[in-house]
Amino acid sequence: MPETIHLPMGPQHPFLKEPAKFDFDIQGEEIVGARMQMGYNHRGIEKLCEDRNYYQCLFILERICGICSHSHTTAFVQATEKLLGLEVPKRGLYLRTLVCELERLHSHLLWLGVAAHEVGFDTLFMLVWRDREIVMEILEEISGNRVNYAINTIGGVRRDLTEEQRKKILAMLEPLLARTEYYAGIGTNEPSFVGRIRGVGRMSKERAIEKCAVGPFGRASGVDMDIRRDDPYGAYPDLEFKVITSDECDIYGRVLVRVFEIVESCKLVRQILENLPEGEIAVKKVMRRVPAGAAISRYEAPRGEDVHWVRGNGTEKPERVKVRAPTMANLEAATESVVGALVADIPIAIASIDPCFSCTDRTTVALNDRRRGRRLTTWAELRQHGIDWYRKNKGISF
Amino acid sequence: MNALKVALYILVYPGFLFQSGFSTFLEWLDRKVYARMQNRRGPMYTGWAGILQPIADIVKLLSKEDIVPAAADQRAFAFMPILSLAAVFTAGLYLPVWHLRSFNSFEGDLIVVLYLLTIPSFALFLAGWFSVSPYSLLGATRVLTQLFAYEVPFFMAVLTPAVLAGSWQISKIAIFPWTVAGHWWVIPIELIAFVVAILALQAKLERVPFDIPEAETEVVGGPLTEYSGKKLAIFRLQKDILMYVGAALVACVFLGGFGALPQGGDQASIGVLGLVFGGYLGGVAGLLLGVVGLLLKTTLVVFLLSTLRAACARIRIDQIVRFSWRYLAPWSVAQFLIVLLLKAKGAV
Repeated sequence: MPETIHLPMGPQHPFLKEPAKFDFDIQGEEIVGARMQMGYNHRGIEKLCEDRNYYQCLFILERICGICSHSHTTAFVQATEKLLGLEVPKRGLYLRTLVCELERLHSHLLWLGVAAHEVGFDTLFMLVWRDREIVMEILEEISGNRVNYAINTIGGVRRDLTEEQRKKILAMLEPLLARTEYYAGIGTNEPSFVGRIRGVGRMSKERAIEKCAVGPFGRASGVDMDIRRDDPYGAYPDLEFKVITSDECDIYGRVLVRVFEIVESCKLVRQILENLPEGEIAVKKVMRRVPAGAAISRYEAPRGEDVHWVRGNGTEKPERVKVRAPTMANLEAATESVVGALVADIPIAIASIDPCFSCTDRTTVALNDRRRGRRLTTWAELRQHGIDWYRKNKGISF
Repeated sequence: MNALKVALYILVYPGFLFQSGFSTFLEWLDRKVYARMQNRRGPMYTGWAGILQPIADIVKLLSKEDIVPAAADQRAFAFMPILSLAAVFTAGLYLPVWHLRSFNSFEGDLIVVLYLLTIPSFALFLAGWFSVSPYSLLGATRVLTQLFAYEVPFFMAVLTPAVLAGSWQISKIAIFPWTVAGHWWVIPIELIAFVVAILALQAKLERVPFDIPEAETEVVGGPLTEYSGKKLAIFRLQKDILMYVGAALVACVFLGGFGALPQGGDQASIGVLGLVFGGYLGGVAGLLLGVVGLLLKTTLVVFLLSTLRAACARIRIDQIVRFSWRYLAPWSVAQFLIVLLLKAKGAV
């Protein structure tokens, strides 16, 4: 029985794109235990939203994630529209869905590149990211922005698409579809790449359901669940698409699901552009005050189901916004799937859920107050402590 | 006079200066080729098309702060980079890049070079071991595991041309295809061994797909995680020179070294100048062309290594062990048998 070594990975480690801490117990190269710890990236966005009106919240929520920014705003506006009882015009819904699918496209392409990089396949990484630029350019054409599109507004979208733009984007899709199909071929056939991902990071269907795995991670374990089909929103009721699932239950399955979703998304984008209805893009008059009540909105983000829960109290500001990002649902399962694998598999196994730690991060801080001998410090005490500290140490008086 | 000559050999050509210069050129080439295959531009700004970038990198590292972990074995930690650099430099001196009989050439220098080329791996292992960090330890054990995977196939592959030429001297193996008229066809015969040697060399250099010991996303920098500043610069230079020496060795034993055109006659009487482009050019021009020929062949080998690096994902440590014992070793044995059979038939 070899000695068990504790191998910490993170919060700073080359395989992590964002800070998170993983602790592994290893025997030789084999992993016998895995734990994770979050909380390095908490920004208090939910709290910030309570201080702002619904329109300002949109811009805050857009910044939850740098990749699925549109997902969070869409989930939020859908909940708000439910509270307001708004009927969004068809064209607005289509445009919103168009950006959704483009976002899924660029997110999955980004993931494929990252996954390739995690196993040292930098050529695929560079080439995929080069062609991801096409999607970014399309998004820029539509919204004027590359990352935070700011296209959603309560009751519709903010920018319309002209006929020339529509034609231009359709033309840009052609090479994109051809290239993504080529990368799909590489990602599922290249022997050294497939050798690294097949049979690694296993997560059985039963365990995936128990752990509430969502999105491509769940679908790769055979969990046939897609909010776009199961609880349709936006323009999805009118659109035809396949939900990709796989029974591989390993990283290979996750690559399969994602690369075919890329191809499927390309087709969806074309379908949307070809069937774009005429009409308004947004509801003309929207009340600033949102009636009291609570609404929940589900959304199939590129990484899985994104849930926003919004409670209004009749004022301009939401009383509470709760975000459940898809990584939250998948992270535990991913950490568990690493046990039994080798150290070499850690990066790709963790990356296989397409983690986004900053979306997920929540903190609960229990301060140990030595002076009062209590576990918890009240907000008023903490505030007073801050004022005292600054007065004493910095000479600043409030 | 003789002492001066030897000093020149060691310090200038084919020693320190030449090896450092040419190996950084090879690193630049490798980076450029790799970048072009990824639709990037590679180094651009230092010198023509960034050709001085590797030197700039090393100079920059030399000027950086040198940190030694408190828990590390201070002396061993500092000694390992020097040991590995010295080993590859010495190995480089035995390569016949200049003279048919390089100034210290002797019967059996092939074994010495192979031995010297193994030292960097051990130095790297010890460097990781003495660093006392979990990543370094993991990387160090991986270095050693990988060594057991590629070393035997590499030796077997290099053995083939030696048996073919009936000599353990690199220069004799190098000129063997050119000594007898129409003898150049021994080069294609060794194709399997050449492929094995290229793959094993890639593993020796720890580059994708065999960069397992220093897999960035897994073990940060592997054995070199704790190294910084001057010591890291020396390791970097050592890696470049190892690439040059390894590639030049492969070029010498498999691709006919500095010879280029098939031509007959006894090697001893031909000598260096006649050997190269022999009756066609002769003189200093022939010598220079011979040197250029060898360097071009070395560059070709590096080009192959770069292509391999661009085309693959990193494999796992268990996969490389399985790969080399299931494929590389049997291939080299098969090649060895083919050569023995040819020799027995008297064809060679």
